[in-house]
Amino acid sequence: MKSYIDSLPNKKQKFTRRQFLTAAGSACIMLGLPALPFPKGSSLKAAGNDQRFVREARFYEKLSHKQVRCKLCPRECVIDDHERGYCGVRENRGGTYYTLVYARPCTYHLDPIEKKPLFHFLPGSMAFSIATAGCNLNCKFCQNWQISQVTPEQVDSYYLPPDKIAEMAGDYRAQSIAYTYSEPTIFYEYMFDTAMAGRQKDVKSVVITAGFIEKEPLKELCKVVDAIKVDLKAFRQKYYSEIVRGELKPVLEAMQTIVEQGTWLEIVYLVVPTLNDSEKEIRDLSQFVKEFLGAEVPIHFTRFYPQYLLKNLPPTPVSTLERCKAIADAEGLKYVYIGNVPGHSAENTYCPDCGQLLVARTGFLIREMNIVNDKCPKCGTRIPGIWK
Amino acid sequence: MNRRIFLKKSFLLNSGFWLGRKYALAGSNAKAKVVIAQNPAVVNRHQVQSDQLLALLDKAMQAYFDCDNPLQAWQKVVQPDEVIGLKVNCLSGTGSTHRELVDAVVERLKEAGIKPYNIIIWDRLNKDLEECKFQIRSRGRQVKCFGNDLAGFHPRLQVFGQAGSLVSRIVTDYCDGIINLPVLRDHSIAGISVALKNMFGAIHNPNKYHLNTGDPYIADVNAFPVFRKKIRLTIVDALEAQYHGGPAFQPQWRWPFAGLIVGQDRVAIDCIAWQIIEEKRKQKGLPPLKQENREPHYIITAGDTEHRLGFVHKEKIETIYL
Repeated sequence: MKSYIDSLPNKKQKFTRRQFLTAAGSACIMLGLPALPFPKGSSLKAAGNDQRFVREARFYEKLSHKQVRCKLCPRECVIDDHERGYCGVRENRGGTYYTLVYARPCTYHLDPIEKKPLFHFLPGSMAFSIATAGCNLNCKFCQNWQISQVTPEQVDSYYLPPDKIAEMAGDYRAQSIAYTYSEPTIFYEYMFDTAMAGRQKDVKSVVITAGFIEKEPLKELCKVVDAIKVDLKAFRQKYYSEIVRGELKPVLEAMQTIVEQGTWLEIVYLVVPTLNDSEKEIRDLSQFVKEFLGAEVPIHFTRFYPQYLLKNLPPTPVSTLERCKAIADAEGLKYVYIGNVPGHSAENTYCPDCGQLLVARTGFLIREMNIVNDKCPKCGTRIPGIWK
Repeated sequence: MNRRIFLKKSFLLNSGFWLGRKYALAGSNAKAKVVIAQNPAVVNRHQVQSDQLLALLDKAMQAYFDCDNPLQAWQKVVQPDEVIGLKVNCLSGTGSTHRELVDAVVERLKEAGIKPYNIIIWDRLNKDLEECKFQIRSRGRQVKCFGNDLAGFHPRLQVFGQAGSLVSRIVTDYCDGIINLPVLRDHSIAGISVALKNMFGAIHNPNKYHLNTGDPYIADVNAFPVFRKKIRLTIVDALEAQYHGGPAFQPQWRWPFAGLIVGQDRVAIDCIAWQIIEEKRKQKGLPPLKQENREPHYIITAGDTEHRLGFVHKEKIETIYL
């Protein structure tokens, strides 16, 4: 193991003054962009009863006595009249099930695609990112719990219908719309229609999800989006039950469905010290990815920081992330990255055949982009992903 | 003192403390008191008779606090100049806390010295309250009434066990004390929804806590220090109860229990409520809640040594029938 880590290029890379100023300037511009003026009236604080945000849900079944069963996520909540599902954004009103967050984002932002992270998808491009309130999980380490673990009434929101989102993305020259921050599964109808609207304006769509979604809605979604990044929380059901309040199996099935549908997939695995970082678990995960999804599916081992309800653990040691990468590499995965450690060499993309540096990254910044016509410029190996 | 003596003394002191504690608990005569007051005349063809209800409430309060008149009883619950919140349950429209019961409690609170503008009738959302014919009022000198959506939530996360939630500012900031006014009814997920579960209306994320029939989440939420400190009394609206199909209002499964259940131990109250609903279900030929995989085990959890929210065992609950 030691010799493998030793073989990695140095973690710390010196910046020139020019590179530093470029990076700092880019960051400032990105931070400043959302402050650009929007046309008056495009944003509006959402009210609880505003019918513009209410649409009948696409995936549910009606039961007796005005109950409904949600068919959007594997939880399949059975919901009484006047009640909401686990996600908090879908409500049974007299036996009909409604989403309350259609065209109701609580946040929008312009992010580099590397922030998602999607490393094999238009590197260096910007993604117009939106989220509504709500989530169908309750991860103890959630970094966005102030929007994901609340109901739509508990946060300020905007009225931004799908056409408007597509238009704004175009105005900002974003090459994609990202459904992110909370859990896009729960604002499915809005995401679906926005992806359709984006396509009409030649703007792609990427979904940043935990993958806890039923097969049928996922297959439909794959028809209108271009890439999906799945946050695989662990490779053990125990962790899903205790830390995430979900199930592992449907997530694994969802990733297989994404691959079957031909939609670009990347996986993020947040490594939480002592909870999901055992060698056996990482090895099992790597073997699953290779066997059922393909060795070319990128996987990012990212660093955990104490958040929300999980503050009793330290940040993940970089050595643990390196160990995870070493295991995945040894199992034959071709694109294994380390995340949340800016400046680490494992943020870069290397050719799996000849070791040529293909994409050099520092944090969200692309320093070099050497892929030519989807191929390694040195040995000609095809590099999977969406590069243009 | 040498090392040996120090260790010996420490051991003896520790043993004494733990043994004393154990015996103190075992020998404790503390009991929860729960009053069940019924009068068939209080509900007539689904109409609540306000005068009969006030009399029933007085009787129950006097019995619970062992007082000669209702004023004395209420004075044991509240102090003049306090701000008192009345946590109603308005989730089921017609099957919600009766307006007449709220009016009766408000009348007695005023007599006990609480200013009308220091009484807040509240639940989750303004819209829920309006659907139950309450008028939203957040200013002025009259009794106030508004939802968490108007008051907002205190930004500090309350954490206990498996639960982590924001609590309504009505509880954290506005009120000195809370009077819990839940409804006696069945719940399709949690088994029953009465005293303990009514606090789901005071947190920002109740939708997250219906897994595993609400166990241990309902107990955990009730164990937040702010609830332990501020909930003074529970008066269960059992005027028209529901034994199946809840929490949604299903008229075919309601029955005129024509009563109130009064107490300060929410766990004991829920134990009694559970028993009443099971008995009614049996009478109507319905299976026990356990058979439907929705036994309200969270009540037992609430009474365990980790939560210590009240008494579960029969011999520790003194039930007074009126």
